[in-house]
Amino acid sequence: MREKLVIAFAVIGAILLAYNLYNIFLVLPDEVAQGYMYRIIYFHVPAAIVGMLGYFVAMTLSVLYLAGGDLRHDSLAASIVEVSVVFSLVNIVTGSIWARVQWGIWWTWDYRLTSALVCVLIFSGYLMLRRAIDEPTQRARLSAALTIFGCVDVVIVWKSIEWFRNNHPGPVLSIRTGGGKMDPAMEHTLLLNMLAILLVGVALVLVRSWQESTAREIDSLRRTAHV
Amino acid sequence: MDARNFTFMFYGFLAAWLIVLVYVVSLARRGARLSKELEDVKHLVATTHKN
Repeated sequence: MREKLVIAFAVIGAILLAYNLYNIFLVLPDEVAQGYMYRIIYFHVPAAIVGMLGYFVAMTLSVLYLAGGDLRHDSLAASIVEVSVVFSLVNIVTGSIWARVQWGIWWTWDYRLTSALVCVLIFSGYLMLRRAIDEPTQRARLSAALTIFGCVDVVIVWKSIEWFRNNHPGPVLSIRTGGGKMDPAMEHTLLLNMLAILLVGVALVLVRSWQESTAREIDSLRRTAHV
Repeated sequence: MDARNFTFMFYGFLAAWLIVLVYVVSLARRGARLSKELEDVKHLVATTHKN
């Protein structure tokens, strides 16, 4: 069943991605000020939003673990965080390449960029922490605490373009601005690409959580063999 | 400017896909290693129970 779900999410995501790439490169016009380069937004923004969404879902699962002690919540949270870190990396790298052309520099320590980097560092630390602790309940408890702490930074990343003066452009999506910042056809493609990336992300999380449950099965069989 | 603009956009898309691809490959390798480990442990348990 899980295998079929993975294939379904991956195939629908891939078809949608292909359709979006066609629109991005062959249908939509260049942006007036940025020319060709603005197209990076179609991966930069969805990767950021899918990553942040993942951290919030992982935080919810971590709270559920702390409340109920179910290790399945912990392992699903770990799977989601790992995939979210990959998307956050995509976000930072594509943003840096965009900045090189638009600002003439690869990086600047403004609030948005710095908090996004800190976010990746916190959740990379989370993944390292999980490798360092063998005892499952201690690992789950500390991981849950770190996820909740990390999500404070995710809120700062999200709101920093409203709270502080930044080099980073302000919000463009209608949901945050009330409209008028981005052409509707461009925004439509951006939202569709967000959906495509979300579907691919869900497929990756399913594969990763499958591996987590296999690892748990191996642990329990090892204990059986040694009893 | 336009050629440079296009080149950097290409780098951006390439980098995005490369990061995802490297992760997918690492996921596949980890999956293969876990499947083998599971088989080994199942075999070990079966042998232990026989003895």
